[in-house]
Amino acid sequence: MSDLQELYQEVILDHNRRPRNFQVLEDANRQAEGYNPLCGDKITVYLHLQDDVVRDISFQGAGCAISKASASLMTDSVKGKTRAEVEALFRRFHGLVTGEDDPESASVELGKLTVFSGVSEFPVRVKCASLAWHTLQAALKGEGDKVSTE
Amino acid sequence: MSTVTTAPARAVPPGALDVERIRADFPILQQRVRGKPLVYLDNAATSQKPRVVIDTVSRYYLEENANIHRGVHYLSERATRAYESARGRVQRFLNAADTREIIYTRGTTEGINLVAASYGRRLRAGDEIVISWMEHHSNIVPWQLLCEQTGAVLRVVPINDDGELGMDEYARLLGPRTKIVAMSHVSNALGTINPVREIVAMAHEAGAVALLDGAQAIPHLPVDVRELGCDFYAFSGHKVYGPTGIGILYGKAELLEAMPPYQGGGDMISSVSFEKTLYNTLPHKFEAGTPDIAGAVGLGAALEYVEGIGRERIAAYEAELLAYATEALSALPEVRLIGTAHDKASVLSFELEGVHPHDVGTILDREGIAIRTGNHCAQPAMERFGVPATARASLAMYNTRQEIDVLAAGLHKVIEVFR
Repeated sequence: MSDLQELYQEVILDHNRRPRNFQVLEDANRQAEGYNPLCGDKITVYLHLQDDVVRDISFQGAGCAISKASASLMTDSVKGKTRAEVEALFRRFHGLVTGEDDPESASVELGKLTVFSGVSEFPVRVKCASLAWHTLQAALKGEGDKVSTE
Repeated sequence: MSTVTTAPARAVPPGALDVERIRADFPILQQRVRGKPLVYLDNAATSQKPRVVIDTVSRYYLEENANIHRGVHYLSERATRAYESARGRVQRFLNAADTREIIYTRGTTEGINLVAASYGRRLRAGDEIVISWMEHHSNIVPWQLLCEQTGAVLRVVPINDDGELGMDEYARLLGPRTKIVAMSHVSNALGTINPVREIVAMAHEAGAVALLDGAQAIPHLPVDVRELGCDFYAFSGHKVYGPTGIGILYGKAELLEAMPPYQGGGDMISSVSFEKTLYNTLPHKFEAGTPDIAGAVGLGAALEYVEGIGRERIAAYEAELLAYATEALSALPEVRLIGTAHDKASVLSFELEGVHPHDVGTILDREGIAIRTGNHCAQPAMERFGVPATARASLAMYNTRQEIDVLAAGLHKVIEVFR
């Protein structure tokens, strides 16, 4: 079960059980919806963006453990970051979950997000891990349209 | 007198299906995946192929390949004979009256689209099409397209908490405006076997034609289109141990005769000029272009294989296996079965408390178990049960009790990981 333990690390299971920032954000000025038709995951990301900085962020939705934990940890990681910093972090995260980058190379920037390194062994789950991030990107761009992983 | 020693006979009652012999016919089932013996429980998505189907398709390309219905040469004649004799096999399999009623398609989806596009042309604004809440998207969307084009109205028969069709509501929805009734014979998401003979008879009484989506019924139940009385019956080859890319639309000859062609092209015409084109006779009128000849020949082999085993015998074995599996899953307090109809075939859709189906699927996959997770192309049915998705184990005649035990053990593992 080593691949599985790698994928379902305790941090991920914890964020799945008790997702952080899991609510509607009252003073949100941006929001976007994401959808993964493969598994029916749906997510809404709420954003309070001021001077190009993520002042506050939250999410709502239903999904698998990977997508929910990813959304939860993402909201924790991007608070207080500028748009450019969020973009850079997403690139790092994407490199991690697709296995394109060595997990060690960016562990400082990624911080807690390195728990998703196990996803690279499960190619079909990359979409689950990145759904929240794609949705956040759409919210940052101010696109009200639904994003879909398909 | 010398004694002949044979291997000890396995305990297969006379007349019953010998699952080990059947498994030996399916090369893919012999493999290990992720270091474990493959437990293939995604048969409602597609079935595996017996060697005789693989060999038939292969032999077609090795020895018989040519285009059909137009060559005077030897190979074209052979290919045409193989293609048309497979049609005869399908006709007998369905007990249709005539091979003219057997149209080759790419699959169930194309069969339904053919009827919607061609028969549907006679619909007018205000006419009604009746479907049910448990339909696969391929028996919803073609009718929605038709409604958009014609102004016809879609009526949807509800289902109860067990996933059974509301027959009283169905009766109430039927009326003089009803022109088409389109229902699944067996639900892919819930496993419900619908009372199709009654559904068809009631549609006829209202003056409507009835189409049955047989995709999930054809591998599991004996199907006799004349006994059912349906006007159209669509199914896919790949779900009944045949190749992908080939399917069948059965239609009553008098209806097909009166319907305009679905696609234009070669083989569906008898003569073409810029002033006037004459269409070919049935069934060729609906088979434009070079078809999937190898697929048709492979489908013929698959149906012959199924008949060799016997559909009554398959249905009896699968019913017993489904009962065993239902009991095994129900024994887990975390499992909630979705679809508990009295009449069911080969599908176990379920939720595992606190675990998303996708996570269930990933963990089972590591145990070598293939199941489907998601909405099963039946989003309205999922919504009816208030779930975005389910995990679905679907059985075929080559599955065993032992594999069900492996599934149950796998689910224990899932529960452990998420405890």
